[in-house]
Amino acid sequence: MRIALFAPCFVDQLYPRVAIAALRVLERLGVRAEVPDAAVCCGQPPANAGFGHDADAVLDRFIRTFSPYDRVIVISGSCALHARNHAPSRGDAGVHVAAAVTEFCGFLHDEVGVERLGALGARDTRRVATHIGCHGLRGLGLAQPSELQLPPFDKVRAVLSAVQGVTFAPLARRDECCGFGGTFSVDESAVSSKMGRDRLRDYAAGAADVVVSTDVSCMMHMTGVSRARGETLPFVHVAEFLDGAAS
Amino acid sequence: MTSDGRALVVVDEPRVNHAAAAAAFNADEPRVDWHDQALWFVREKRDRAAASVPEWEALRDRASAIKEHTLSHLDQYLVQFEARAMANGVHVHWATDAAEHNRIVLEILRAKGATRVVKSKSMLTEECHLNPFLHASGIEVIDTDLGERIVQLRKETPSHIVLPAIHLKKEEVGETFHEHLGTPRGLADPVALTAAARVHLRAHFLAADAALTGVNFAIAETGGFVVCTNEGNADLGAALAPVHIASMGIEKLIPRVADLPVFLRLLARSATGQPVTVYTSHVHGAEPGRDVHVILVDNGRTTQLGREDFWRSLKCIRCGACMNTCPVYRRSGGHSYGATVPGPIGAVLTPGIDLKKYASLPFASTLCGSCTAVCPVKIDLDAQLYKWRQHVGDAGLVAKKKAFAMRAVARMLARPALFRRVGALARITGRRLPARIARTLSGAWGTTRTLPDLPSESFTAWYRRNRPNGAPR
Repeated sequence: MRIALFAPCFVDQLYPRVAIAALRVLERLGVRAEVPDAAVCCGQPPANAGFGHDADAVLDRFIRTFSPYDRVIVISGSCALHARNHAPSRGDAGVHVAAAVTEFCGFLHDEVGVERLGALGARDTRRVATHIGCHGLRGLGLAQPSELQLPPFDKVRAVLSAVQGVTFAPLARRDECCGFGGTFSVDESAVSSKMGRDRLRDYAAGAADVVVSTDVSCMMHMTGVSRARGETLPFVHVAEFLDGAAS
Repeated sequence: MTSDGRALVVVDEPRVNHAAAAAAFNADEPRVDWHDQALWFVREKRDRAAASVPEWEALRDRASAIKEHTLSHLDQYLVQFEARAMANGVHVHWATDAAEHNRIVLEILRAKGATRVVKSKSMLTEECHLNPFLHASGIEVIDTDLGERIVQLRKETPSHIVLPAIHLKKEEVGETFHEHLGTPRGLADPVALTAAARVHLRAHFLAADAALTGVNFAIAETGGFVVCTNEGNADLGAALAPVHIASMGIEKLIPRVADLPVFLRLLARSATGQPVTVYTSHVHGAEPGRDVHVILVDNGRTTQLGREDFWRSLKCIRCGACMNTCPVYRRSGGHSYGATVPGPIGAVLTPGIDLKKYASLPFASTLCGSCTAVCPVKIDLDAQLYKWRQHVGDAGLVAKKKAFAMRAVARMLARPALFRRVGALARITGRRLPARIARTLSGAWGTTRTLPDLPSESFTAWYRRNRPNGAPR
């Protein structure tokens, strides 16, 4: 199986530490992932802003770059869902790539297997609040959304539970959106920021030591809101948490 | 024009600016918290009620399928309903738009010499702006739903389709009642206020010449219709007045009586977390000496039905669950949408009426998808919001500066080498700027957030340096 690791545009430029951690975790687990650099984005930012036609060239480049791969591990649930939803409209290669894209945490859970994550020898005794990006949650099925009346599961917790000593902070609203939403964060800054503040309050009430997120964009937004208020709660990606706990 | 070639009506009215209205709502943060928690309480009640039904998800599937079937055969079911209703002695009227609906109501009232009307909750009559029309024609209309009466007295519009006065605190209701109903100043006890409203409304019920109601479900098989309320106000109005006029959007049809329980089980649980509405009244005809009229209203619905991207929005049964769950609605208030129906479903229905005026509504969402997951008839609301955004972009209705920026971003993202050069330059510049200045330069982002710490190199650069031979073999 030929596997690619994709660091979306803003992760590549602003959060290399997350992509490096993801690569290191995959390497430790014996997953050989290539990092092709011919594409930088899936096209979601302009598409969600109403410029899907302009974003087609971005998506097409994404599809061309990743069509040789059987699996494309995206370090973002949101970008993975955008590619999964919209690549099929771009032809056969798009259909293939849409099926090949997966999100980092989901890949570890579904294809590496939680039982193999013990090999990381990871240990961290902090109290973790998990944040699953809405697209990874409701679009990719990383956990059972609270709206649905179906048996519960949570792949993110299952993956993080491979870290010895970890405990989870109880949250009043376990899958409330953080308010990032791409251009929503600036177009609707007041509501976006309020949503971010409300997540912070929930984390504080749950006495979380660290917030572990599946999506870097949510992290970037919540970190920004938190720091602007002079708070120091750390926000890390699942890959960083696993990598850090393993070292 | 939309991409499916249909011309959209563009009315020259001020455009709704959801973001500005939401920002104004957020000036009072404790009030936002109160509003958010009031609605979240309803969402949690809904969760418990839904969890009590083991076959909840199967019910949603069934309801969605029934509605999709009905909408796909709407012509047949409407004609069947009309024939059966007429056979029951019900007068059936057809209205193409709001103006025709209002005219029909007025004609019926005039024919009976009716001047005093009681009306139970009907979002359709709000949509048609029936009250101001009837007032201008010398007809008194009293809204009898408690929440609607409160907003009517305050000369406001409902901020929620099920909880019309959810934006008001009990103290504010007390002030309104003191002013209009003569309750003691400072009275804010909900039980006492409700009792005062009951006395006030009772006089209007007894004096009414006609009762107007909405319709929750109309049954093609029997020609009957069903009105659901918690206060019994629809029943009281219709039972006392000699004329009952029921206004319904044409999408309210279901084929058979056997389909009804599927929806009744979903409606109240989704709306308020109750197992069933307190009153579920079935109307199958008129008593001797009384008249029952049904007005079937299109008002843009057939246009929406013809839109490949949006016809499923007509499955809506107006439970309001998408509003209660929407993290944006809870923190922006129903009035910020400037539309009869607010929240996610409003942001999907309203742009179809006037794309230019309501162009901001599809963007009043993070596309988190909670609305879609909570919807009892499985409307793919977040996907439709995304599609409306494309129509707004295609129609040139995105602000020029933003449109220019988004197109430039798209061009850059399609050119990795350019993107990486620009990214490197921005990081070098950004790292040299004092944090406070960089934050100010970031505009709306920086008003409430710091910028991420800028790394010295991108992941791509790190990878080339540290894994020069690519993935280890």
